[in-house]
Amino acid sequence: MPQSRGAEGQDPLPGAGGSQQGRPAKQVTKNDSMQRYIIIRLFQAVLALIGVSIIVFTLVRITGSPIDVLAPADATEEDLRRVAALWGFDKPLWEQYVLFVGNALQLDFGPSIKFQGQSAMSLIGNAIPNSLQLAGFAMFVSVVMAVPIGVISAVKKGTPIDMIGKLVALLGQSLPPFWLGIVLIWIFSVNLGWLPVSGKGGFTHIILPGVALGWFSVAAFMRLTRSAMLNVLDSEYVKFARIKGTPEWRVIWKHALKNAAIPPLTLFGIIAGIMVTGVVTLETVFAWPGIGQLALTSVNARDYSVVQGLVILISAMFITINLVVDILYAYIDPRVRYGGGRG
Amino acid sequence: MAVATSPAAIARIPGARIVGWVWTFLRRYPVIPVAVLLIVLVIPALFAELIAPHDPIDGNLRARLLPPAWTDGGDWSYPLGSDRQGRDILSRMIFGARTAALVSLAALAVGGIIGSVLGLVAGYFGSWWDHIIMRLVDINLSLPLILLALVLVVLFEPGTATTVAVVALLLWSRYARQVRAEVLTLKEMDFVARARVAGASNLRIVFRHILPNVFNTIIVLATLQVGNVILLEASLSFLGAGIPPPDPAWGVMVAEGRDFIVTSWWLSVIPGLAIMFTVLSMNLLGDWLRDYLDPRLRQL
Repeated sequence: MPQSRGAEGQDPLPGAGGSQQGRPAKQVTKNDSMQRYIIIRLFQAVLALIGVSIIVFTLVRITGSPIDVLAPADATEEDLRRVAALWGFDKPLWEQYVLFVGNALQLDFGPSIKFQGQSAMSLIGNAIPNSLQLAGFAMFVSVVMAVPIGVISAVKKGTPIDMIGKLVALLGQSLPPFWLGIVLIWIFSVNLGWLPVSGKGGFTHIILPGVALGWFSVAAFMRLTRSAMLNVLDSEYVKFARIKGTPEWRVIWKHALKNAAIPPLTLFGIIAGIMVTGVVTLETVFAWPGIGQLALTSVNARDYSVVQGLVILISAMFITINLVVDILYAYIDPRVRYGGGRG
Repeated sequence: MAVATSPAAIARIPGARIVGWVWTFLRRYPVIPVAVLLIVLVIPALFAELIAPHDPIDGNLRARLLPPAWTDGGDWSYPLGSDRQGRDILSRMIFGARTAALVSLAALAVGGIIGSVLGLVAGYFGSWWDHIIMRLVDINLSLPLILLALVLVVLFEPGTATTVAVVALLLWSRYARQVRAEVLTLKEMDFVARARVAGASNLRIVFRHILPNVFNTIIVLATLQVGNVILLEASLSFLGAGIPPPDPAWGVMVAEGRDFIVTSWWLSVIPGLAIMFTVLSMNLLGDWLRDYLDPRLRQL
């Protein structure tokens, strides 16, 4: 396990991305504190990546020797040794690990075991843009649904409109995305014939999987938007804007929403995590040629080089997203820098 | 809208007062979610053998792909229809409820206990413990766990135990983070200092004095997560990485019906509805419990 590498020679850190309290704030300038915060967060991100790489490396090795998958069933001792030497499995573990990390840093995860003649990275590289496209569109659907619902719910707090808004959001959160996908296909492709059943093609192909995936995250975005809006609508500057005679729609959609948009920003990291699960299941439903499909075929074929590459690349992506979100957040909200924790 | 809800307007409509009371009652207590949960999840899970009209695994090949009873060609001995192997959908759903309840309870217990203990340790002892545990949380949150789950299932025998372990692995970090954050505040409080002065050991302070104060949080977090856990189990089963096929699980049923969506919609649609109603009610119940126990937890 990676914990021994977990924390070496650090000064007291203001803690993991967020919820930390109780350390006295030093009087420092904005730039100092920002730099310090970024350096600490970068350091933590690198540690997390090292941890991930160790987990992936060990996991693949404890599955039993990959040689068994690589070599044909009737291979002799000599053959096995040759295969082991070819793939570097005869070296000591630490050496294998160093080699593995070195190659991974150059985005080289070795040749694919299942698809002969293709490198794992080229397979992953072909799949990732497709998945990003799907996830991006889903995120768009999600925000487009969530922000108006959240704002209107906050403004009309306690009315039936608020209840309906909450119900729409909650419903999305309760529908299994893969099932929603199937039902959407049943309704819009099979019965109505409006949209294609599956596969990747023009814009019409992305609508159904995008909605199925996007609706799921609406609740999370909408709740945060709503509560943030409620907070902001109570604040002095909103009252002031009203007193000044600013039209109500401007107060709500411009003055208030601008500040209420900060908390939902932090969700992007979490949503990215949720999206991957959804992407994997929905890609199987819609035969979307992304990482989900690739992961399933590779896992079933025990194509470890592809699986390793996928897990590491996606982790790196998560870590980067969270890092960027945290830094942005610290930039916007100074309390985070001083170790005050998020809201 | 304001017109219909104002008390004066309601009073004018006959019988409206009773409707008003019922409405207030429904708003104050989560009656509907609890009722739905009892019908869809709890009662079937507890009494599966007694209520299920047929065996969930052995089918009757002469009664294959029967549609639900209320549609053309339906048969009331198979109220929700039957699948391609002539298995009764209703019976499979009833046993599926047991699977869902078992897996989510077990996973929540395992993940919740591990996460809470780690959170307590990280928050109370601080320094190295804190760094190590929080970095583990970071790693856990940055791994694409659905992919790891797929790998794990290939490694180990797919089945209930593996599914529970995988789901617990996905859950613990939430508890660790939340509990730690609360312990950081709690341990600075007077009652902890007094307990220490009174000679209480660290273990006693953590489990006797601090744990009861974070207990509500843990319970609320668990209730709010049940819905997600059921979805997760369903997703894993759907991908073939959860409960292995002959056993009845809602996700498996949706997956099995997928290829028949054009001709036999009920195979996928009905089990999916069960998942939806369960998760929706669980989420509503969780929201209610959070507000009831501790409105400060809104952020969860």
